[in-house]
Amino acid sequence: MFGLKHDIACDIPDKYYSLEDYEKAVPRWCPGCGDHAVLTNIQKLCREKQLDPAKTVFVSGIGCSSRFPHYMKTYGFHGLHGRAFPVASGIKFRRPDLDVFVITGDGDCCSIGAGAWMHAIRYNINMTVMLFNNEIYGLTKNQTSPTSRIGTKSNTSPRGSILPPINPLQTTLGISNVSFVAQTVDWNPAHLYATLNAAHEHKGFSFVHIVQRCPVFQPDLVDEFKSGKDAFYLIKNNDGIVLDENAEKTFKNSVEHDHTDINAARNLAEDENGKFYLGLLYQNKDADCYDDYGAHNMGFTAEQKMEVLNEELDKRAI
Amino acid sequence: MATPAVNKQNSQSKIIGEHILEIVSDSGEGAQKCGQSFASISAKMGNGVWTVEIIPAEIQPPARTREGASGIRIRVGSKKITNMGNEADLLVAFNEQVPYSRIVQHAYREGTIMLLEKKWATSKSEEIREKYASAVKDFKNQGIDVREIPMEEECLKLVKNPRKGKNMWVLGMLCYIYQRNIERAEQQVRYVFRKKTVEIIDTNLDLLKAGYRWAADNLDLKYEVPTIPTEEKLVVMNGNEAIGMGVLAAGIEVVSMYPITPATSASHYLAEVLEKSGGLVHQAEDEIAAIGFAIGASYAGKTAITITSGPGIALKTEFIGLAAMAEVPLVIVDVQRGGPSTGLPTKVEQGDLLAVLYGQPGDSPKIVLAASTIEECFQFIVLARKLAETFRIPVFVLTDANLATGQQPFPRPKVQKDWFSPPIDQSPWKEGVKPFDWNPETGLSRRPIPGQSGGIYTLTGLAHNEEGIVSYNPDNNQKTSELRSRKLATINKTLKPPSIHGEESGDLLIVGWGSTLGAIEEAVDQAIELGAKVSSIHLRFLSPMEPGLKKIFSQFKKVLSVEINYSDSSNDPYIDNENRRYSQLAWILRAQTLVDIDCFSNVKGQPLQPKDILAKIKEELDVK
Repeated sequence: MFGLKHDIACDIPDKYYSLEDYEKAVPRWCPGCGDHAVLTNIQKLCREKQLDPAKTVFVSGIGCSSRFPHYMKTYGFHGLHGRAFPVASGIKFRRPDLDVFVITGDGDCCSIGAGAWMHAIRYNINMTVMLFNNEIYGLTKNQTSPTSRIGTKSNTSPRGSILPPINPLQTTLGISNVSFVAQTVDWNPAHLYATLNAAHEHKGFSFVHIVQRCPVFQPDLVDEFKSGKDAFYLIKNNDGIVLDENAEKTFKNSVEHDHTDINAARNLAEDENGKFYLGLLYQNKDADCYDDYGAHNMGFTAEQKMEVLNEELDKRAI
Repeated sequence: MATPAVNKQNSQSKIIGEHILEIVSDSGEGAQKCGQSFASISAKMGNGVWTVEIIPAEIQPPARTREGASGIRIRVGSKKITNMGNEADLLVAFNEQVPYSRIVQHAYREGTIMLLEKKWATSKSEEIREKYASAVKDFKNQGIDVREIPMEEECLKLVKNPRKGKNMWVLGMLCYIYQRNIERAEQQVRYVFRKKTVEIIDTNLDLLKAGYRWAADNLDLKYEVPTIPTEEKLVVMNGNEAIGMGVLAAGIEVVSMYPITPATSASHYLAEVLEKSGGLVHQAEDEIAAIGFAIGASYAGKTAITITSGPGIALKTEFIGLAAMAEVPLVIVDVQRGGPSTGLPTKVEQGDLLAVLYGQPGDSPKIVLAASTIEECFQFIVLARKLAETFRIPVFVLTDANLATGQQPFPRPKVQKDWFSPPIDQSPWKEGVKPFDWNPETGLSRRPIPGQSGGIYTLTGLAHNEEGIVSYNPDNNQKTSELRSRKLATINKTLKPPSIHGEESGDLLIVGWGSTLGAIEEAVDQAIELGAKVSSIHLRFLSPMEPGLKKIFSQFKKVLSVEINYSDSSNDPYIDNENRRYSQLAWILRAQTLVDIDCFSNVKGQPLQPKDILAKIKEELDVK
């Protein structure tokens, strides 16, 4: 064909997907919002991996970040507040051929959806999960979130919030059958991309905690992150998330860590000195996946189903 | 005084058209297993049968208490039996306290025979002996024909612990009394204990035979209930099993549930068999996740169902609205129980109709079917799956605690290939067709399934246009709301008016829905025989409503809905025509037809009895 020799095996894809093939509407997030960066990196990931848009599903709950599926030219499910996990689990359960991504925010995941979050970790269904944590409710205009720090002033805590925040890493690492926990930031594209890529590679519930800024309701946090470079530690681990030399240089500090050691991971997650450890905290490639169970005994014909029904009816025949 | 009730007088059996028997015991003594076995044996012999379980809400209530009564009622007859009937003719009681729970429900009458475990008469505890003696005296004063039976004593001849096994001895006794075929009874015992050891099966067979022999030697009770000669093949099961079989018959691949009484046993059955048929049961972390998971599966092209009861429906409400708004096909079964709140978990009520119809914020059109027989529990799941897919809409199937545990024989369904859901469509989406390509007349549209190239869209619960894109355009929201609602009108136009039981015109028309069908029609038939001009209709479609109702109503002087849910009685203090709260179907029918429909309903947690409905008809029509 085309004058090529027969013994040349040419794996030419039907179609090459470019970035535009994953871009839908213009995002309606505020200028300076970290969501833009995540969207761009996800679209890049899709292109790099040449994900078939028809076989890719983005599932979200409700919140600023949960508008994400509307900006992807793939299948999408923008559902209910706090309920992205059950929907995503149902989608993936008997459709192993679909590539499922979940977008959730700190209110969506850690507050109204906390029950489902915990069980989704345990189901360990193969999906890439991004928790966009900007420590504030944005869509409903500035209310305290369960991840807001003590003293956060908002419309619902004008004198400053009084409870210590939930630590999503600590929580996730506390659930049975946890299989992948990583942390990144929205303003470091190289690290963000590398982390999302590693999460997508992992088979199981890949949980990525994205430390984020809300330029409108948490502007102080933006400044704090900018000036507080010392607080960010790059996690260095072989077979973990590996950055190239230039990207590594953007970090002042680093720490060696064994991501197969859950106690070490919990220690990093629970660091109370205000340090952020970025990279792969924990991975267990052997954790049981509920969708492996879901994918079995599929594809029965009507005839097979008729036979079972007839048997069952006969058992109750008079 | 103890009664020497067990003289054997003659061996002639009395031929009867039907009998109602009850077996009541403490929880865990196996009265239900005994009664279900008796019902199965009777059905297999060709009798008409209906069973109702008597279930305490607690797992292990204290022994010998009125609240703890657990048991079963079996109505067995020569003809087809469609309801639980009125007072029982015969009762087996494992102690003298449990019958009281049924006496307060007027389950017995003068002349009801009570076969009462005698061991309490000689209890070591003086208190028990006294309670026993006083209860026996009380029963006799009420006109109950008490026969004291040495159940435990006889069982002890065969087993060390008669608490397990007494029920099979009682089964043997009943098999003699009602002249059941002993070989069929033995087959049944083998079936019931099929998962147990040979030793256990043999012991229970010995107990069965001993009970039978003892009754033959000692009782003067012997009835024959002639069987119905039929060529038709029948099957017998309870309503929850029928739902389970309906799931198999619909080819549903994902059953997503959370445990809730009285719905859970449907999922127990499915957990056992669905894998053989290419489906899986998912036990979710809560009711909300259960429906979310089902909606996810359905969105991804796998046919899905969620099975629950009233409190579960309350939790699922937001997702039900999403399924209606985003047009995701889904079957939702609501096995209704007593409400509000936790209410009466094991008891029957038809109290969820309005919640199901109107429970969501905004307008949320959906199809609502109500099964009135166990056979319909089966058929309506198949129907619901098809309607859900065709109309891209959530479909409710309402049943209740009465249907869930009741057993009734019905013609064996002839399995048809087109019942089963077709394989998931992964062919390329037709170019130019939008993801919500609504037909402007019917509101129908096809939906793309993930995996179909060219069909990409983002499903959202927000207002959206034909592309599935969020739209806050006022006209778009008006139009799409109309189109979602239009689907119901489209279905309505395909339905036939309900058939009328009785004459097409008269003085009184009774309107019912759900499990009350048999009791209503029995009462109507009896009233017609007494000269009353009464008829009834029974609705299966509650959304959209069946057509032609107003015309039917116009042929009767009065229309009365009969339901098991709350309504104010017009005689209650402060109640007048303007502030009276009607039963749930009556509310809807009044609004829909502008006919001044009256209602007769209660929330006693019991199936309605024909005699109560008959009394109401007599009162309305002044018939004696």
